[in-house]
Amino acid sequence: MAAQHLKTASGASRSLARSRPRYGEAAVKVVLLLAALVSIATTVGIVAALLEPTIEFFGEVSLGEFFGSTTWGPLFNPPAFGVWPIIVATVEITLIAIVVAVPLGLAAAIYLSEYATPRVRKIFKPVLEVLAGVPTVVFGFFALTFVTPVLQDVLPFLDLEAKNALSAGLLVGVMIIPIVASLSEDSMAAVPNGLREGSYALGASKMLTSVRVVVPAAFSGIVAAIILAVSRAAGETMIVAIAGGFKSVFTIYPGNEMATMAAFIAQAGSGDASVGSTAYKTIFAVGSLLFIMTFAMNYVSARMVQKYREVYD
Amino acid sequence: MAILSTPRSAVQLASRGRPLKEHLFRIALLASLAIAIVFLAMLIIYVVEEGWPRLDATLWENQPSIRRPETAGIQSGIFGTLWIIGLTALMALPTGILAAIYLEEYADKSKWYNRLIELNISNLAAVPSIVYGILGLGMIARWMQFGFTIMTGAITISLLVLPIVIISAREAIRAVPASIREGSLALGATQWQTIYRQVLPASIPGIATGSILALSRAIGEAAPFLMLGAATLVRFNPEGVWSSFSVLPLQIYSFITRPQEEFAILAAAAIVVLLAILLLMNSVAIWLRNRYQKRW
Repeated sequence: MAAQHLKTASGASRSLARSRPRYGEAAVKVVLLLAALVSIATTVGIVAALLEPTIEFFGEVSLGEFFGSTTWGPLFNPPAFGVWPIIVATVEITLIAIVVAVPLGLAAAIYLSEYATPRVRKIFKPVLEVLAGVPTVVFGFFALTFVTPVLQDVLPFLDLEAKNALSAGLLVGVMIIPIVASLSEDSMAAVPNGLREGSYALGASKMLTSVRVVVPAAFSGIVAAIILAVSRAAGETMIVAIAGGFKSVFTIYPGNEMATMAAFIAQAGSGDASVGSTAYKTIFAVGSLLFIMTFAMNYVSARMVQKYREVYD
Repeated sequence: MAILSTPRSAVQLASRGRPLKEHLFRIALLASLAIAIVFLAMLIIYVVEEGWPRLDATLWENQPSIRRPETAGIQSGIFGTLWIIGLTALMALPTGILAAIYLEEYADKSKWYNRLIELNISNLAAVPSIVYGILGLGMIARWMQFGFTIMTGAITISLLVLPIVIISAREAIRAVPASIREGSLALGATQWQTIYRQVLPASIPGIATGSILALSRAIGEAAPFLMLGAATLVRFNPEGVWSSFSVLPLQIYSFITRPQEEFAILAAAAIVVLLAILLLMNSVAIWLRNRYQKRW
């Protein structure tokens, strides 16, 4: 909308301004481009940091053992390198988080976008921002010392361990609520009012309009928000390290302690593995796997927004 | 921009049919939002209550200690965090703002490399922070041989918050209407003069808000530092950029991992300090936005 006007306008004026060469102007552009290229260098740096130790790792541990067995314990003696337990734990905690965050975040987004008056929005949006700014160590502490004991008291039949996937997942879910809420709200706010008015004109109620018109019209943005939230949940480290624990047992029961991929990296990276050992290289192999998984999700999310975005002008 | 408010009369006409269901839906939506807010309130009340006995001067006067948790403090962590944030502000903010100016004012979107830069930034914004820790460990600490120092930590965190700074600065720059630029160009200003004298001053409040929020993210970050050898209870304050260090969130983590009850209290007290700093920064950001944000 406004951005497009701006683009065409500045494009037209740029050709006017460029009637004779201005070397200072060109130098400024180069400096700015260099600043933008720092981000490319970051990605190259991440890939470079991951690649070499990962290749060395797979020289020592076969792909078959890595993906073909279900015992994980690179820091044990004898070590075991079956990666499935930490993948399962990552997926499970992410699922719990999504079950918490998607309904709550989406409902909050619909409320803020469709129901709240500007004054109410002005109060609630900063609160969500504060929630988004709470450090994850704080959520981890809360999960370990408050949520888990409360759950153990209220739901004793769950047989929760002191560290467990359930509490960790719940708190990861709370952590990603603001992501789901604010990105979904942005895409709902971008739905033009004409669609809402058309729906009202046909006799639809406010609820029907929200659920059947606004949400479908903003769908690509909502899906992108959820994918982004999933990728944040999968990579979350401190909450799962504190409240989910470091034990890797091949289990799916959420009452058990289980280490995710990120938790393993944190544990091994904070000094439990000696530099150059196979265990040390495992950090980078798991890091590569995590990076590829989240990168794929982010890419899909970005493409969804680009490709399926309804453009209303 | 489309007008966002719905006509009152239309709503009243529409909601006459099924009032109960409509009300329940509205209440359910509000309840979802309330859950998040009540949760935040509970969290804050809980840590203040837990940490209350240790919220005194010894907390910031003393250094952390494994043997005497009842008098241990967090001074080295506070100083470490200040160093890291100061350097991050010096590195990430100029780079991010310059990159945002490039992408908004100069980049030709039909060129593949500009689209690559954009896609890359949105991808980087969602890379897990622990992976940035691996980047810091592999490239900065070991390959560039910066070791486990403040410098390594600050560069790593700068790269981590850079996408956030770029994205928010771009939004602020984009909000400046084209007519301002056209007016300036029509008066004979060059493109850079237009940006420097018109666009940037107009977008400073938005850029400042985004920058503060990005830095507050950097303050709370713990995971990358786990990889950068900052995990131990450092008992001295950093003396320069090549000094070893700890940061507040990581000290909190190391307190949490210890079994004694005193450490849990100490962790809660340190969390209160951390949250207070973050709340202050958030309030400044929100105040800036409400006070200076222009509606064009």
